[in-house]
Amino acid sequence: MAHQIIATGRSRTGIPTGRLAVWWVIGSEILIFGGLIAAYLLNRFNHGPSWSVEAANTNTLIGACNTFWLLTSSLFVVYAHAASERRDAAKTRMWIWLTILLGGFFMGFKAYEYTTEIHHGFTLFTSNFWSFYYTATGLHGFHVLCGMVILAIIAEGDIKKKQNWHRVENIGLYWHFVDIIWIFLFPLMYIAK
Amino acid sequence: MAGNKHPSYLKIYIILVLLFIVSVIGPEVAPAFGAFAKPIVLLTAFGIAIWKAYLVCAYFMHLKFEKIYAPYILLACLSLLFVFFFGTATDAMFANGHNWVKPMDEKEKVEEAMARSYVLKKEKHGDGHGNDLEDGDGLDHDSESH
Repeated sequence: MAHQIIATGRSRTGIPTGRLAVWWVIGSEILIFGGLIAAYLLNRFNHGPSWSVEAANTNTLIGACNTFWLLTSSLFVVYAHAASERRDAAKTRMWIWLTILLGGFFMGFKAYEYTTEIHHGFTLFTSNFWSFYYTATGLHGFHVLCGMVILAIIAEGDIKKKQNWHRVENIGLYWHFVDIIWIFLFPLMYIAK
Repeated sequence: MAGNKHPSYLKIYIILVLLFIVSVIGPEVAPAFGAFAKPIVLLTAFGIAIWKAYLVCAYFMHLKFEKIYAPYILLACLSLLFVFFFGTATDAMFANGHNWVKPMDEKEKVEEAMARSYVLKKEKHGDGHGNDLEDGDGLDHDSESH
């Protein structure tokens, strides 16, 4: 069945439809993650001492490594975008797959971290801090996983066939936003102890 | 945004990594600065987080070169978030009044958290790991004076 693309541009905003949709998605994500972070701050202000003791059990080294993976993956995805603008399919796919690889590193480290924490008895139901920790990092991890899947679909479904180049930029915007969320989660849960 | 001249992504990345290093080291060395420890932690951990987020938004997400409509979307959502936050914070921060029940006070919560802290257990056994609680644990403040 032929794939027909409709409404690729919006004359009012001057932003292509796909990219505009991603901006709206990011806007809604600001409210989701922002609400979580706001809830964290309110709890931290009210229960600072007990939350400090709980936060001391998070692994700063793993959190730092994960920050590094995501920062570097942000560079790779922006390189993928630059390559897509040059219509260089090989380079675009290479940078996309390197981004996915770093996303995989992130998920692997996260899985190890969760395993260790659960092994030490810290579960979703241990305390308010751990409920928040698993909710926020779990939701973020889910976003990373979704980003990896979409990146793979774009690399193999579009770029390999040299079509829909604009999708690289769109998924790139999403991926950067996921990175930004981690930029805030990292100091909240691994640094402020 | 194909028509825009891209900034040096590598340069932005190097700045981001340097900021990241400062944000990790800052809170570690902050206790040595005594009374300035808290401002240093806030500045290096959270101030730098905001700076990093700005760099990613402006240069990696190209918000600097995007049509003004996109920043408006983000700012509108951010403003709504602040409305939610300050709307609920006034209630949450002053949890008292009629029929307020607090099943456990903060001191009990701290004791409970300390009992299950494996970092503290490691410290007790003297294996040198888990210095995270030495500073900024909040225990030498309000909770112990009650």
